[in-house]
Amino acid sequence: MLKIENLTATVGDKQIINGLTLDLPAGEVHAIMGPNGSGKSTLSYALAGRDGYEVTAGSALLDGEDLLDMEPHERSAAGLYLGLQYPVEIPGVSNLTFLRTAINAQREGRGEDAVSAGDFMRAIRGEAEAFDLSMDHMKRGVNVGFSGGEKKRNEMIQMAMIQPKCAILDETDSGLDIDALRVVADGINRMRDPKRSFLLITHYQRLLDYVQPDKVHVLKGGQIVKTGGPELAHELEREGYDTVTAPELAGAA
Amino acid sequence: MADAATVALAEDASKYKWGFSSDVESEMAPKGLNEDTVRYISAKKGEPEWMLDWRLKAFRLWEKAESPDWAKLDIAPIDYQDAYYYAEPKVKPKLDSLDDLDPAIRETYEKLGIPIEEQKVLANVEGARKVAVDAVFDSVSVATTFREELSKAGVIFLSISEAIKEHPQLVKKWLGSVVPQRDNYFATLNSAVFSDGTFVYIPEGVRCPMELSTYFRINAENTGQFERTLIVADKGSYVSYLEGCTAPMRDENQLHAAVVELVALEDAEIKYSTVQNWYPGDEDGKGGIYNFVTKRALCQGDRSKVSWTQVETGSAVTWKYPSCVLNGRDSVGEFYSVALTNNRQQADTGTKMVHNAPGTRSTIISKGISAGRSDNTYRGLVRVGPSAENVRNFTQCDSLLLGDECGAHTVPYIEVKNPSAQIEHEATTSKISDDQMFYAQSRGLDEEEAVALIVNGFAKEVLQQLPMEFAVEAQKLLGISLEGAVG
Repeated sequence: MLKIENLTATVGDKQIINGLTLDLPAGEVHAIMGPNGSGKSTLSYALAGRDGYEVTAGSALLDGEDLLDMEPHERSAAGLYLGLQYPVEIPGVSNLTFLRTAINAQREGRGEDAVSAGDFMRAIRGEAEAFDLSMDHMKRGVNVGFSGGEKKRNEMIQMAMIQPKCAILDETDSGLDIDALRVVADGINRMRDPKRSFLLITHYQRLLDYVQPDKVHVLKGGQIVKTGGPELAHELEREGYDTVTAPELAGAA
Repeated sequence: MADAATVALAEDASKYKWGFSSDVESEMAPKGLNEDTVRYISAKKGEPEWMLDWRLKAFRLWEKAESPDWAKLDIAPIDYQDAYYYAEPKVKPKLDSLDDLDPAIRETYEKLGIPIEEQKVLANVEGARKVAVDAVFDSVSVATTFREELSKAGVIFLSISEAIKEHPQLVKKWLGSVVPQRDNYFATLNSAVFSDGTFVYIPEGVRCPMELSTYFRINAENTGQFERTLIVADKGSYVSYLEGCTAPMRDENQLHAAVVELVALEDAEIKYSTVQNWYPGDEDGKGGIYNFVTKRALCQGDRSKVSWTQVETGSAVTWKYPSCVLNGRDSVGEFYSVALTNNRQQADTGTKMVHNAPGTRSTIISKGISAGRSDNTYRGLVRVGPSAENVRNFTQCDSLLLGDECGAHTVPYIEVKNPSAQIEHEATTSKISDDQMFYAQSRGLDEEEAVALIVNGFAKEVLQQLPMEFAVEAQKLLGISLEGAVG
């Protein structure tokens, strides 16, 4: 599904991602954990094609299609979704308008018909309820006046409506209380599908208590320095990044 | 061979979507402006003596007047002798409906994209919402529809030339009563040479049965257009009037100096909506329209109300302050404006709310959008007279910048001579952030769609004041006007 090989990316003059390789097969959920400054957000922005995040070497393919060759909106139409760590406010544009415009733009990009108003409204009523936001929230400006937790849940509603092939969720769990965390985790589990994959970028292991990952990667210095099963997350939580990724220990393992 | 498809493609490729010029022979007044020009225009229209005298009086005032000092505008001096002051299409039949219109003119309307609702009405589709269209093609009204239904309600909706002949008493009484001849340089000029325009009278107690709509379009090369609009709403009446315009591509600057006068008597309400899309010039500002308009409303009666809504995207230079003079007790003035400038465009626009009576209220919502190397100024006056007790005003001016070569300026003037007045003024300036752009793009919108969406959100408070079909048109226009503004 998502195949990243030897990816190098810079922000300004600084090289943040240093030859990163990652294979995320269809149907799997992978977690990327890492300390602050390890390049987690840079990786997600580089994959989504944000201005200022320049890929200088390597490749990233989504279902065999070259992501790096596409504009951000084309990547989205190709099936990539990025749940942001800090969702943005757009005053005056209702969530309903924003999402429907976005979905139809993606559909147009794929040569599909626009979603009907009725189908859209039915679907969004269901998703808003599933992620514990009201239709009143959906009628308000995009993320305007939303609490931190509400913004994150709104990212999940957008994902559920867009139904991407591959979702990168950048610290979607941070700033959530335990109930909201459960709501988000339930949403991810509900959307798990043999044809869909997830990349969960997170600081903490707690989201992974609710969403069982197939693999856990440790990102440090812009590279994957260690890969393991769900138990690696627990190990990181117990021992800390430094111990787990210390060269001699990594070599011994 | 240029087949239809090629022509369509060429039109699509053109930067200014509505830059075309239809092939109708014009009958021109000789070039230049002197007393003879004024007499020519008046004679051409078969005007009565009093009208000619009125024009000549204005012309003599104009001769002595001085061209205004531009506050925030940078424009070359205008050579008033190097322009034509009158042109009319040669084919000018009396028509019962737009169906009988000259096909070339008809085609122009098609290209203008006259709203579906109106087309339905024109095609006599049952159940279609009624909108009356008084079409001003160049300077002469060539067709007026729905007269019959309007006249049943007692509403007079005519070109001003017709009104001068058919309702001289009404025109004499109100023409120049809101915007006097000597009001300003361009109003004086307009009073001397106005070509045509619209006259509306809503009798006492009548709610106008349909929205009234006029499409203006400058068509002949080098022809200044000087419309004159006069709307009088008698006691307890209501009317909603829509004005919209686009103009064809031209190389030389064209002067547009209209005068719009509104009068609302006791308990009357006038809602005046404008979507203005005159040709803005090319990317370097060459060839655009100069739009120097005087629009003013007199809230003469107690509890009367006038609401101006404008979406300004066109013109090389815009100089325009739709205003309300609140003379009636508890009368209300409103001004909702979106002004968008791109490339080399300059806009200096705003409003004046003059509170002369007790209990009068006004609301000003102005949204300025600047892109390219354009300059966008809000200039607004709120004046409260000494005897006007308990006046309230709320003003909100928001500016949105795209890029870092454009300018946004807010110049409020507040003159309060009565201590009981409550005046509030809020102003913000913001930029479209990279975060917002990336967010929208990561959800599937391309750059231009993302800008259009964000800008429409910014302007929403104003756009929602427009009648539905106009609002849709205006939303599209904002997007089109910003093409190429990012990236």
